[in-house]
Amino acid sequence: MIMTNVNTVPGKKIVEHFGIVQGSTVRAKHVGRDFMASLKNLVGGELKGYTELLQDSREEAMKRMEAQARQMGANAVVNIRFATSSVAQGAAELFAYGTAVRVE
Amino acid sequence: MDILIENLNLVVFLILFVMGYVIGSWAEKRHYRSIMQREKELIKLAVVTAEGSFPPGRVKDSALVTGSVVISIDYFKRILATLRNIFGGRVKSYESLVDRARREAILRMKEQAQERGAKMIINMRLETATIGRNANKKKQIGSIEAIAYGTAIVMNKQ
Repeated sequence: MIMTNVNTVPGKKIVEHFGIVQGSTVRAKHVGRDFMASLKNLVGGELKGYTELLQDSREEAMKRMEAQARQMGANAVVNIRFATSSVAQGAAELFAYGTAVRVE
Repeated sequence: MDILIENLNLVVFLILFVMGYVIGSWAEKRHYRSIMQREKELIKLAVVTAEGSFPPGRVKDSALVTGSVVISIDYFKRILATLRNIFGGRVKSYESLVDRARREAILRMKEQAQERGAKMIINMRLETATIGRNANKKKQIGSIEAIAYGTAIVMNKQ
């Protein structure tokens, strides 16, 4: 599956459009991580637990989007965008959407 | 000794304040050094926010690359920022935090592109996220989450 965030797949020709595909996931951090983060917050620096959380949820969202695109018979997703929102305290929603296409 | 125990709150506050200053500024300096060094190493890899158009046959492969980081502020700087809130003006301590987060995210994205053997990254976008709703309120974690993403282009050899 080819993923890009430009309008086309560079160097390839789009032969068919399938419309929008999307994937989202809502993740919460667990208490232990929360506690470690608040300790780390005293001295500053990278919060590795949260970075991982963010990365995992973004990958999960993309995986779901990819599954949807595959179901439609596409072999590429173009114009991918990421969006984030917080639905509840301590939980984050990561959302990815794009256009499923078939390229040569 | 009695005075210390009586003013335990103040003592704890002072310890945190000093610890935040010493460790925080040391960590920030180290981070900036590492950012600058890695930026120099990756300077050959061009990153643009525009969409390029390529003549047919030039592009071998293209893929989405991403980089993300969560960075928090230290205790000392948070107090400074709270004081700054009273008078208004530039909150320098937060500026450096945001700057570091964005540059680190871009660097991680570039490293991922480098691994794929990409020549450039087009259509780079930056996004800021919050994990907690009250991310910057009092007694909450003052942190910023930066995501950078773009399309890495691997060129055919000419």
